Amino acid sequence: MSSVLSSGTQPVRIEQDVVLARQVVRKAAIDCGLRLIDQTKLVTAASELARNTVVYGGGGDMDWAILEDGLRKGVRLLFRDEGPGIADLKLAMTDGWTSGGGLGLGLTGAKRLVNEFELDTAPGAGTRITITRWT
Amino acid sequence: MSNLQAGTISAISNDQAGILGEWRSILDASSASRGVSPLELAQQTEEFLRLVIAGAADGTATGGVAGANWAEARAFLERLSRSRALLGFDSQHTASFIFSLKRPLFARVQAAYKDGDAALADQLWAVSELIDSLGMHTIQTFQKTREEVIKRQQEELLELSTPVVKLWEGVLALPMIGTLDSQRTQVVMESLLQRIVDTGSEIAIIDITGVPTVDTLVAQHLLKTVTAIRLMGADCIISGVRPQIAQTIVHLGLDLAGIVTKANLADALKLALQRSGLTVTRAV
Repeated sequence: MSSVLSSGTQPVRIEQDVVLARQVVRKAAIDCGLRLIDQTKLVTAASELARNTVVYGGGGDMDWAILEDGLRKGVRLLFRDEGPGIADLKLAMTDGWTSGGGLGLGLTGAKRLVNEFELDTAPGAGTRITITRWT
Repeated sequence: MSNLQAGTISAISNDQAGILGEWRSILDASSASRGVSPLELAQQTEEFLRLVIAGAADGTATGGVAGANWAEARAFLERLSRSRALLGFDSQHTASFIFSLKRPLFARVQAAYKDGDAALADQLWAVSELIDSLGMHTIQTFQKTREEVIKRQQEELLELSTPVVKLWEGVLALPMIGTLDSQRTQVVMESLLQRIVDTGSEIAIIDITGVPTVDTLVAQHLLKTVTAIRLMGADCIISGVRPQIAQTIVHLGLDLAGIVTKANLADALKLALQRSGLTVTRAV
């Protein structure tokens, strides 16, 4: 079982918060000892999900935690919002599909950029996405 | 808001010199006057006290300090807090300029209503409320001025961060730095397209070395910019694609296949010169 070394919460309400969230994640990734390439991947994934939280979820929060699991360490991020949720999960996880004006690669791209990806949503019940990147 | 009685106003206006003296010494003690010259402070305190008395004496208008009789006092406070904000004072110091006046005024009211308990309480309340609302007004103006300063700086930053430079005859470069949000990309795109027209350039190089994170939104902005440049008959090269960015783009599933990219600006310039039919050789 992994233990939490440090953790915190970053509000993600407006566009500018996406930048702040990226900075928080980058700092956590550096503290955790992730390599530059893994830092970049995690920060990019966080950027996608944070923007989704703002644009589609109507704003929410990002919980971050640095984990230790035996010899490996990692950063876990939880993006949660109380928005409309995702009605068709299969469609949402299709490359190139978007309900907005984006490229439709944010959600699927974020999944490919991290080691663990967990999505918990229901129409009207908000969305919770947990991602983890290990060293 | 209960109005100041004539007795209170006369008690205050009869001892203006005393009030000013006490007020200034409180200001000095609390270091709220730090950075303001004694002469300036004397003028400001004197004028403000005069305006307070004038505002209170004209008790005809209603609506507290928002009324017409307080217009001059409000204008004075707006000037004051604006100048303090621009001098770099914090809101606490600016507000304590007003709040320091409370103690001297309270002392005068107390002296004037020695026997009437109810009247004393009423007038103390009136003075307190007056000073509080004047203080609030000051803080509001202060905040507004600060916000204006921040907004102006943001706009300046927006302008500053998008210099389009000419690298060679017909070759423009745009070194992008920081976060690429929609607003900034718009400014960037506009200035780049305009410079392409102005200089008749054939090749534009967008350098993203200074962009820490390339996510789908940034990529979308880049793609749109490249498309617009092509529509104008010019070519676009994106340089500064670092190894970690390249890998991230692959994992994101972004398709930049139609775009010429280079690892650094030097390579991009080399390619641009090559396309223009130029070669760089060492002078012997």
